[in-house]
Amino acid sequence: MSTREYMLGNVAIARGIVEGGGQVISGYPGTPSSEIIGTLAAMLERDFYVEWSVNEKVALEVAAGAAMAGVRSVVTMKHVGLNVAADPLLTLAYTGVKGSMVIIVADDPSCHSSQNEQDTRRYSQFSLIPCFDPSTPQEAKDMIPYAFEFSNKVQMPVIFRPTTRISHGKSDIQLGPVEETRPAAEFVKELERWVMVPKNARIQHPRLLESQKIMQDELENSPWNCLELEDGAKVGVIASGIASVYAKEAIIKQGINASFLKIGTYPIPDKKIRTLMENTEKLIIFEEMEPVVEEQVRIIAQQTGSTVDIVGKTPGPVPRIYELNTDICADVLAEVLELERPDVPAEVAEDFDYDRCRIDLPMRPPVMCPGCSHRASFHVMKKVYGKDAIFPSDIGCYTLGIQSGTVDTTLCMGGSITVASGMYQAGEKKPICCSIGDSTFFHTGMNGLLNAIYNKADITVTIVDNRITAMTGHQPNPGMGKLATGEPTIEVSLEELCKSMGAGFVESVDPYDLEKTEEVFKRAKEYKGTSVVITRQYCVIDAKRSGIRRKPLTIDAEKCVGCKLCVNLGCPAIEFDTTTKKASINTMCTGCGVCAALCKFDAITEVKK
Amino acid sequence: MSAEGISKFDLVIAGVGGQGTILASDIIGKAAVKENMSVRAAETHGMAQRGGSVVNHIRLGCELGSMIPMKGADVLLALEPSEALRYLEFLSDEGTIIVNTDPILPVTVTSGQCTYPDVDAIISKMEETHKVKAFNATELAKEAGHPQSMNVVMVGAVSSYLPVSVDTLVDCAKELVPRKTIDINVKAFEMGRSVTQG
Repeated sequence: MSTREYMLGNVAIARGIVEGGGQVISGYPGTPSSEIIGTLAAMLERDFYVEWSVNEKVALEVAAGAAMAGVRSVVTMKHVGLNVAADPLLTLAYTGVKGSMVIIVADDPSCHSSQNEQDTRRYSQFSLIPCFDPSTPQEAKDMIPYAFEFSNKVQMPVIFRPTTRISHGKSDIQLGPVEETRPAAEFVKELERWVMVPKNARIQHPRLLESQKIMQDELENSPWNCLELEDGAKVGVIASGIASVYAKEAIIKQGINASFLKIGTYPIPDKKIRTLMENTEKLIIFEEMEPVVEEQVRIIAQQTGSTVDIVGKTPGPVPRIYELNTDICADVLAEVLELERPDVPAEVAEDFDYDRCRIDLPMRPPVMCPGCSHRASFHVMKKVYGKDAIFPSDIGCYTLGIQSGTVDTTLCMGGSITVASGMYQAGEKKPICCSIGDSTFFHTGMNGLLNAIYNKADITVTIVDNRITAMTGHQPNPGMGKLATGEPTIEVSLEELCKSMGAGFVESVDPYDLEKTEEVFKRAKEYKGTSVVITRQYCVIDAKRSGIRRKPLTIDAEKCVGCKLCVNLGCPAIEFDTTTKKASINTMCTGCGVCAALCKFDAITEVKK
Repeated sequence: MSAEGISKFDLVIAGVGGQGTILASDIIGKAAVKENMSVRAAETHGMAQRGGSVVNHIRLGCELGSMIPMKGADVLLALEPSEALRYLEFLSDEGTIIVNTDPILPVTVTSGQCTYPDVDAIISKMEETHKVKAFNATELAKEAGHPQSMNVVMVGAVSSYLPVSVDTLVDCAKELVPRKTIDINVKAFEMGRSVTQG
């Protein structure tokens, strides 16, 4: 194998886990973190354990248990997943670990694929758990073995926080050697350390606070923090994580003589900041999202009585929202240093949107795939419950049902059934029918269903079961009878699960069968109490991969009257010609047959060879 | 334009989720790494992928960030005409646009909410400000053996501009496409390249 390869950031992170000798790896899929476990689970030869857990809290606890037993563990998730796992996280800081534990939390500034853009570094401050913030995919890979070693040395879990541009960036990666040693699992009973009853927690909290300085000193001189003092430079630039490469490029572009401090760890390198402060008159701080570094720098300035001019975002010209980029950094430098502005003002980069184009471009939002069964489920839901009904929904491909008018709320993973219950309990009189995917149901939806049934919420819960965790890239879940590695396992029955929680109405149906689906939904609507409808049909992408082929359909132009019933489904395979006033089907058709069943004029038939 | 000390060649690849922009950028990135260049690339994954507008940045001979600044790209490679226009602001004033003229209508158009602009109007708009190589790459891909090889036709077309040898690019294309489709894709590459040669 060549020692230099072109790879995805997440693949490089997976490689870092292998190089560092990771032993137990757990996680829940979430963009932009999913490919880390995907890569490890797909390896043909493995000397580690890897699992998709049912949610992030579970995943973090599995990894915590492994690290308590003395091995090297990793847990992966996206930023919002850490909210789910926050409970064990905050107390794990008290217990610490015996082996090593790296908590990988991928942030998504600009919300490319997320419901918010929270900054995981705040969790690092909150929990007092140190954090690594890589600036390139190469550094991300290299940080992992270091993080294992550091975690073991200080007996603390550590957070590792890539962002979308690291995880979904690609780069040439210089591979490193693979750690050969594997500490054996051996849990040693120590009540004061592992049992967080109040008495022990009161011992561990001061220990945690004392350890901060030790960790800060150790990290200060790690290779991830780098101070370059330039002769005669009156300006200092501090940049953290990915912002450091943008800032660097902007400095080169603008031809500025500036000292530069790159930050890659938290607690931040206090001594380096003090040195930079003593050697400059103006400090400009670039970091994506929250002013974490900036606040610390302002504290240091106050403590040392420094008069250095601090420019950041509170207040200041550096944006606190969305991703940064070279243009924004160059523009800030130009504004602050009163230089000639770069060719392109930063607001172009910041506010780039469709309206700026010189010809009106059609919007091209992401949509459900041609033949996606969610479209059929939503069509029938809307027909039965009426367009005035309330449709709370959840997080997954079916969130794209926003275009079908059947997604009225999306709060967080598992937040559909609970929001629906709350509306019902508030006295909302309109019919309420929520939707949730199979994986999301297993994640945190089932708790909500249990609560709804127990508290007698008169709502319908639609589990849109496409037999996979689709949106994040087709990971297996407990309903599929398949492990992360592809190995067979128990297939958990959604029907039995719902019934065992006390649901009096549980029916499953193939949503491609519109008539039957409508009949089931009608009965569910009439049922007094919490009704569960499981609409089950394979994800079209997964079906195609596993060789399921259906004959594509075509529209007989003679029979088509242009009623648009099929067009209104919003399937990308159905087009409407505004001049001939007729619909047609393009090559994207997967042959689901939903439009054919809908057509009142028998105009849609299978393509004849 | 790519600048001294920052990057040797900056390329933006625009298209629609499902067209194979990632594979196109992988062929180029892998080839550049084989020729000992540092490469930085940014891709669209996840939610936006589902038939949405996608853009990849790829920087050859770059050791900084993967995002190309506004008006920074040497070439804009667009697998779909309206997507060329959508990302035009990334292209340098001296840059070249290579564009597939075969449109993919978004659902907003097929369902009648928006209209799709005339493709000729898109091309002439771009020609007002930039050098444009416009051709129907999907037709060429069909001739090569399969419409899905359109992305490789486009890699062939951009190969005339890249600081990477044709042989390495073809080798990488062979490594990355499904084994059964190697011959089709090699043909697709050559057909695309011939469009920009001469």
